[in-house]
Amino acid sequence: MLTAPRATDLIDRMGQEIKQLIHTGSIERPLLVGIHTGGAWIAERLHRQLKVDDPLGTLDISFYRDDFSRAGINPRVKPSTLPLSVDERHIVLVDDVLFTGRTIRAALNEIFDYGRPASVMLAVLIDRGGRELPIEARVVGYKLKLMPHQHVKLSGPEPLELKIVNTQAAAGGETP
Amino acid sequence: MSVNKSLTALSPPGPLSADIQLTADGRLHHFLTIEGLPRTLLLEILDTAKSFAGVKNQAVKKVPLLRGKTIVNLFFEASTRTRTTFELAAKRLSADVLNLNINYTATVKGESLLDTLRNLEAMYTDMFVVRHADSGAAQFIAKHVAPHVSVINAGDGRHAHPTQAMLDVFTIRRHKPDFSKLCIAIVGDIMHSRVARSQILALNTLGAGEVRVVGPKTLIPVEVERLGVRVFHDIAQGLKDVDVVMMLRLQKERMQGALLPSEHEYFQLYGLTEKRLSVAKPDVIVMHPGPINRGVEIASEVADGARSVILEQVTYGIAIRMAVMSMAIGARAER
Repeated sequence: MLTAPRATDLIDRMGQEIKQLIHTGSIERPLLVGIHTGGAWIAERLHRQLKVDDPLGTLDISFYRDDFSRAGINPRVKPSTLPLSVDERHIVLVDDVLFTGRTIRAALNEIFDYGRPASVMLAVLIDRGGRELPIEARVVGYKLKLMPHQHVKLSGPEPLELKIVNTQAAAGGETP
Repeated sequence: MSVNKSLTALSPPGPLSADIQLTADGRLHHFLTIEGLPRTLLLEILDTAKSFAGVKNQAVKKVPLLRGKTIVNLFFEASTRTRTTFELAAKRLSADVLNLNINYTATVKGESLLDTLRNLEAMYTDMFVVRHADSGAAQFIAKHVAPHVSVINAGDGRHAHPTQAMLDVFTIRRHKPDFSKLCIAIVGDIMHSRVARSQILALNTLGAGEVRVVGPKTLIPVEVERLGVRVFHDIAQGLKDVDVVMMLRLQKERMQGALLPSEHEYFQLYGLTEKRLSVAKPDVIVMHPGPINRGVEIASEVADGARSVILEQVTYGIAIRMAVMSMAIGARAER
């Protein structure tokens, strides 16, 4: 049975790594942008840890999803807020779980409707493999090998906790 | 022709709109009237619109949600604001838009309404936005369209104008979020107003504290109390301590017979002036669905004054229409 690592430890490590990238000059004055909902929680912690002056941005990619004709509109959609211009800025895009890459594709499209950033770098808490698009993260908290019926979920914001959910068992009528 | 003052006469015949506007699992398929819609659905429209309101801040004021969908604006009655905001809403959702002003098209050549609909369906269109002078027109069309087409009512006769009511409550919510504490006065020509009817239904569904209607006896339908409102014929009493004033346009084109002495006299008795507004709460907001008859139902000093949110209503109208359009087209998804 797989147990999930502690989210807060992983975020600390991600922060160190991003700090290193700033130090070596790979990114300059990063603009942190978290994807609703889990990515926004992580980005908030990174924002505090890295002591970034510029305000945090959040994205809800519901209007940019590729499965609208299959799933309709998400009734819990939240407003996206990018408080500063993204033009010529180095963006650190933060999400909780990187899987197919489709969420990141949607997020990139949305960011480019706001302007033309200098660069976009991806930082994720968990990379669970299973990519369907040519998208990779530069900073990864933890790589996790999961079966197709297994999912990893982040709950929060206080406390932030990772859980591995077995969807097959739930469908089979698991007692609560 | 006599003016029918009864409210029940305004309900179109046939099955209720409420029965056809929701899918089996309770999602919005057509948007014809506020009547019969649950509070949760109205809140979902308002919350979704809140997210769409942010799209105007993007450099590219567009989201790709309805890419490849075709929306037909079917206007049988004149409109500027409503048609343009529906058109902009559709375009900001990346849909393709067709504007049809029916007096210029085939109906003048003798084609029936149903034939026009069949032809539009054959062009693989996804949504009809309908404005018509007859009550029940949008519902009639909704009952006869193919199952893959959604119908949005953009105003039918004296019956309903649900997107206007939703943008009005959206505007109120931005300024005064707790509806349970609010006292709201709807002032003017209630009789001929589809806007007022939809506003009353929306405000009551959302649990507004008190809804008043204010106007002369000749312009207030007799059974209006049944909708859950308090009636005032004196504007000073009607505006006392209200949080929101929703003005209505005097609908001269819908009036038959001697309902009004004169526009001048109407202004003397019911026109909204700064002086009249002084009995309302100090932070009162003033709304108007447009177009404004300056010096008839409202003075310019109020319409252009600090408490007017009339232009905000226009802006939020786009967000509300984006929400309703994307919810209705999205409701056909299998999920």
